[in-house]
Amino acid sequence: MDALNALVALANFVVIPATAYGAQLSLGALGVTLIYGILRFSNFAHGDTMAFGTMATILFTWVLQGAGISFGPLPTALLALPVGIAITALYVLATDRVVYRFYRKQRAAPVILVIVSMGVMFVTNGVVRFIIGVDDRNFDDGTRFLISARDFRNWTGLDEGLALRSSQAITVVTAVLVVALLFWFLTCTRTGKSMRAFSDNEDLALLSGINPERVVAITWIIVAALATVAGVLYGLDKSFKPFTYFQLLLPIFAAAIVGGLGSPLGAIAGGFIIAYSEVAVTYAWKKVANYALPERFEIDGLGQLLSTDYKFAVSFAILVIVLLFRPTGLFRGKSV
Amino acid sequence: MKKLLLAGAAITAASGALAQSGDPVKIGVILGYTGPIESLTPNMADAAELALNEINDAGGILDGRMLESVRADSTCIDSAAATAAAERLVTSDGVAGIMGADCSGVTGAVLANVAVPNGVAMISPSATSPALSSAEDNDLFFRTSPSDARQGEVIAEVLNDKGIEEVAVTYVNADYGKGLSDAVTQAFEKLGGTVTLASPHEDGKADYSAEIGALASAGGEALVVLGYADAGGKGMIQSALDTGAFDTFVMGDGMFAQTLMDDLGADMEGSFGTVPWSEGEGAEAFMAATEAAGINGDSTFTRESYDAAALLALAMEAAGSTDAADYKASITEVANAPGEQILPGELAKALEILAEGGDIDYVGATNVELIGPGEAAGTFREYEVTDGAYSTVKMH
Repeated sequence: MDALNALVALANFVVIPATAYGAQLSLGALGVTLIYGILRFSNFAHGDTMAFGTMATILFTWVLQGAGISFGPLPTALLALPVGIAITALYVLATDRVVYRFYRKQRAAPVILVIVSMGVMFVTNGVVRFIIGVDDRNFDDGTRFLISARDFRNWTGLDEGLALRSSQAITVVTAVLVVALLFWFLTCTRTGKSMRAFSDNEDLALLSGINPERVVAITWIIVAALATVAGVLYGLDKSFKPFTYFQLLLPIFAAAIVGGLGSPLGAIAGGFIIAYSEVAVTYAWKKVANYALPERFEIDGLGQLLSTDYKFAVSFAILVIVLLFRPTGLFRGKSV
Repeated sequence: MKKLLLAGAAITAASGALAQSGDPVKIGVILGYTGPIESLTPNMADAAELALNEINDAGGILDGRMLESVRADSTCIDSAAATAAAERLVTSDGVAGIMGADCSGVTGAVLANVAVPNGVAMISPSATSPALSSAEDNDLFFRTSPSDARQGEVIAEVLNDKGIEEVAVTYVNADYGKGLSDAVTQAFEKLGGTVTLASPHEDGKADYSAEIGALASAGGEALVVLGYADAGGKGMIQSALDTGAFDTFVMGDGMFAQTLMDDLGADMEGSFGTVPWSEGEGAEAFMAATEAAGINGDSTFTRESYDAAALLALAMEAAGSTDAADYKASITEVANAPGEQILPGELAKALEILAEGGDIDYVGATNVELIGPGEAAGTFREYEVTDGAYSTVKMH
């Protein structure tokens, strides 16, 4: 019984939250990594693109709710997602046309594009706040829990509760679907192959007749889709607040770099590594240990390796170590 | 050349004299319009400007000089940005007084880097860190909200009254949270209680599972949340509810917000907290005034903001000067007895009395009584969450 309690506590406070968070980071990091791989710059506007996509989705969700349409036990926002993606795609294509294309034509150095993307970030930041406001918004109207902690305790008679939110399950399932779709697209379709060719060697790709503007446009559309899905999933799980999305940029970049910028597989692995290291290394093991260990070994202290203040230090320590020993990231992305 | 210089000097003198009589008196309203409390600050600024407008409608101060509000962004968390914004207010806009800043950290920075060196008085409506009581301020710093040392005692008393012996504490990693957390821990332990773990959280972070995991392991009958309702504080409560780590929450003043009730109120049944509050004529008069002006007077720190702005203007009138060196002593005088009691909406009357050389006791929306180093004594409302809404238990 105690072993079960230990497992349940671990699952509830470490495994489930870290997995859902990891999936959210992975989707974000995938977008960053695609831009880096194909357009060759670090897109600092990604966090705010996520906010923009979520905003568009929320606005359309309100329209649907106003029309009395719902998605049963699932959140209405999932129905609004395609529209949100379309609006975001138009927005990023417009920024590409107005801003990035100018610098691309000049063959500007990546570092200039990075600064340009920061400008786009601030503008997007302002646009989002201007349209939807700065407030915290909860737009999850589906069933909140698949299993709630209290019900779980009642069913099983265990001391520990296990909570699984529908948003967490949706996040993981959607992330798997999206990633599978992306990999199929990149490896099995003509357009996907041309994108990879363009990423590997731009000049060679141009010689073999690949239209660069088309590759760029498709990349932006995919990135818009990834950003919107990541943003909406995150917003469903927690809540939507522009300020938080801006802050999401840091762990997302950490994830993309740890995995190797430019490598889609690396982005996914990086997302989970960052999420698990944030949650697990600073976890206080007292509860789990006292269930698992015999009574005479019981610990009084918290059994915490590091205080939670250091959780970001942990992910950045991992980042530094990875960069020291494998400068291109775990999955051999392009060098930074 | 000499004549030219003389003429120049004459013009400067003349324009200086003009500025004395006709120009508006600028009041800086520096609050975090962006950042973790960005949903509270517009209401606070509106309340402060309500007081300024009321005075303008009554004909202004010092024989007809109008008051003009100049807003600046304190960001609540970025001391460098707040200092730059305040510097701009003082040197470029030439404000005569500052109503602000809001969060304790930036308020301390603005005080030390801008207000004291330039000799400008500031009245903060919401900086509650105990550390500000002993800050070096040349008597230029005042606040219309009570120090958290007092709030810590009140929270500890409430816990004790409810028979709670063990709590876990989480606080926002900033001057405000740290100060309040220390105050609560100290007061609660004095009453015989135990704090199992006092763990900080950062605002606006993506995920709070790690913090909640640690607090859940430490255990306790309730989780004391000393943060901001718009930011980390809400994230912590949501994460605790989602994982079933805690059911009961005890909240500090930064957590008092209608948005929190709208989003999570239904799941927080039985949670409780304290918030600086005011009852009686002053509060009612304030509500009436805000309703008439069409602004939200129910939001946190709106009353304190109104009082802070009103005190600045009244002190200038009482001292007959817009120079902080002259009027800083008048702030305590107009705020405290003796004198005619002044409620919100009666600022015109107050100006009249002061112009005639009389004495006023500004009661305002929060029963302002400045004690010690110029801070409000304060009353606190103990509230409980019932049916997803705040309900008052009693006043402390």
